Amino acid sequence: MKKLLILGAGTAGTMMLNKMEAVLDKEEWDITIVDQYETHYYQPGFLFIPFGIYNRRDVIKPKRDFFPPGVNVIFSKIDVVDAGKNQVILDGGKVLSYDILLVATGTKINPAETDGMADGGWHKNIFDFYTVEGAVALQQFLKYWEGGKMVLNIVEMPIKCPVAPLEFVFLADWWFTEQGIRDKVDIEFVTPLPGAFTKPKASKVFGDFLNKKNISLTPEFSTGRVDWENNKLVSWDETSIDYDLLVTIPTNMGDDLIARSGLGDELNFIPTDKFTLQSQANDNIFVIGDATNLPSSKAGSVAHFQADILTDNLLSYIDGKPLKGKFDGHANCYIESGFGKGILIDFNYDTEPLPGKFPLPGVGPFSLLEETRMNHYGKMMFRWMYWNLLLKGAELPIESHMLMAGKRA
Amino acid sequence: MTTKELAGISVDVDAEGFLTDHTVWNLDLAAAIAKEEGIEALTDRHIDVLNFMRKEFEENGTAPSIRKMNKLNVVPTKELYALFPGGPAKKAAKIAGLGKPQGCI
Repeated sequence: MKKLLILGAGTAGTMMLNKMEAVLDKEEWDITIVDQYETHYYQPGFLFIPFGIYNRRDVIKPKRDFFPPGVNVIFSKIDVVDAGKNQVILDGGKVLSYDILLVATGTKINPAETDGMADGGWHKNIFDFYTVEGAVALQQFLKYWEGGKMVLNIVEMPIKCPVAPLEFVFLADWWFTEQGIRDKVDIEFVTPLPGAFTKPKASKVFGDFLNKKNISLTPEFSTGRVDWENNKLVSWDETSIDYDLLVTIPTNMGDDLIARSGLGDELNFIPTDKFTLQSQANDNIFVIGDATNLPSSKAGSVAHFQADILTDNLLSYIDGKPLKGKFDGHANCYIESGFGKGILIDFNYDTEPLPGKFPLPGVGPFSLLEETRMNHYGKMMFRWMYWNLLLKGAELPIESHMLMAGKRA
Repeated sequence: MTTKELAGISVDVDAEGFLTDHTVWNLDLAAAIAKEEGIEALTDRHIDVLNFMRKEFEENGTAPSIRKMNKLNVVPTKELYALFPGGPAKKAAKIAGLGKPQGCI
């Protein structure tokens, strides 16, 4: 029997497990997936927890619910990948050999990378919302907060879901308005980027939204440390920003396993071919989702579009044929903008987010780079699609490659 | 793309003033670009950083990140910001004659 081994049962790993289980011959292939945790988190839902729209129970399900029958499931920490021997060693010493290794170990926040961040202020008046613990602690804090200066800061790029920080401040503006304390809260958006977003057209649109919502924007601020005793965010060149409440997006890094295995770059992301998703160092190691070093967004939609292409490429690899599937960097993001509205963006490596209609050209129902109620419904409906279709590897009515039809350049 | 006079020779630069051909680079050009960026004189520390960035670029096709230079003990991040005030990733790449660093999304 040949062995396909998948590391990580998050969004990307679970989708690939379902897709490969459906296409591989069970007489020939043995499929195993390994993850240290038994709970699957609907990560797009974390954004809503601080504002009490969702609670913890709304974003969790057991991972087992999404595994097809007939595959091997191992819940264990992983010690190391020995790529030279085609082996993975689990904590405790158990050895798993593989013919093909698929790495889907994702990314996580590392607040300890910034001096002073994970110290005395952590989860007191400094919060993340990229973990369920951070999001729940922030909900508790906001419930009793009477106002002051809220700073949202992105420490460094790349980060998972690069639009989430914008969504957070848009929702905060709405939520403080609902609570009747918006006039007592200053909101400042602090980013290392030159504007509200990376791509020029979207950056302009989002910058205008920040302005309209009375949220101040501080671009090109590279966070060096947090002076938590004095509630100051300090840049590498010693300018500082005062805060009463700091909502931070800490440095994102790939799993420590990648560093231990010598497979990653300085952020523990794996150098990966940006088109085929084959690792650059090893022909029989493929990488998907946030674990790659690709210049695409780290987002579930990206992993979803990659999954179709990677499935084709794995089958070609097994047949000894050239890898024809070419990922184009396609990402598709619903952005909550507050007050029951949303914005949608659709883009890839070469095409920045543009205005238009989606997915049906000229029809929609969704509008690109525009704020509509329908876009908000799209975002809220997505949770159902995620649990019921996406994770199980079902086809969605969106092409893997980005389409220009319906967009206005 | 435009042509511009720098350190006595004419070179091609992009809209933001980055050299379009990194092979024409030399220390005189670096000093001229540095002046435009508000750095009056290049010290040995500046030049160490520039040389490392160029070596990495030739080996990997991309300029190294600030984090990588810190991790490999080329230059601590704090010092790098002092050497190239106001955005070292972009500024140092420009003075090293490399293209604009690729932003992530």
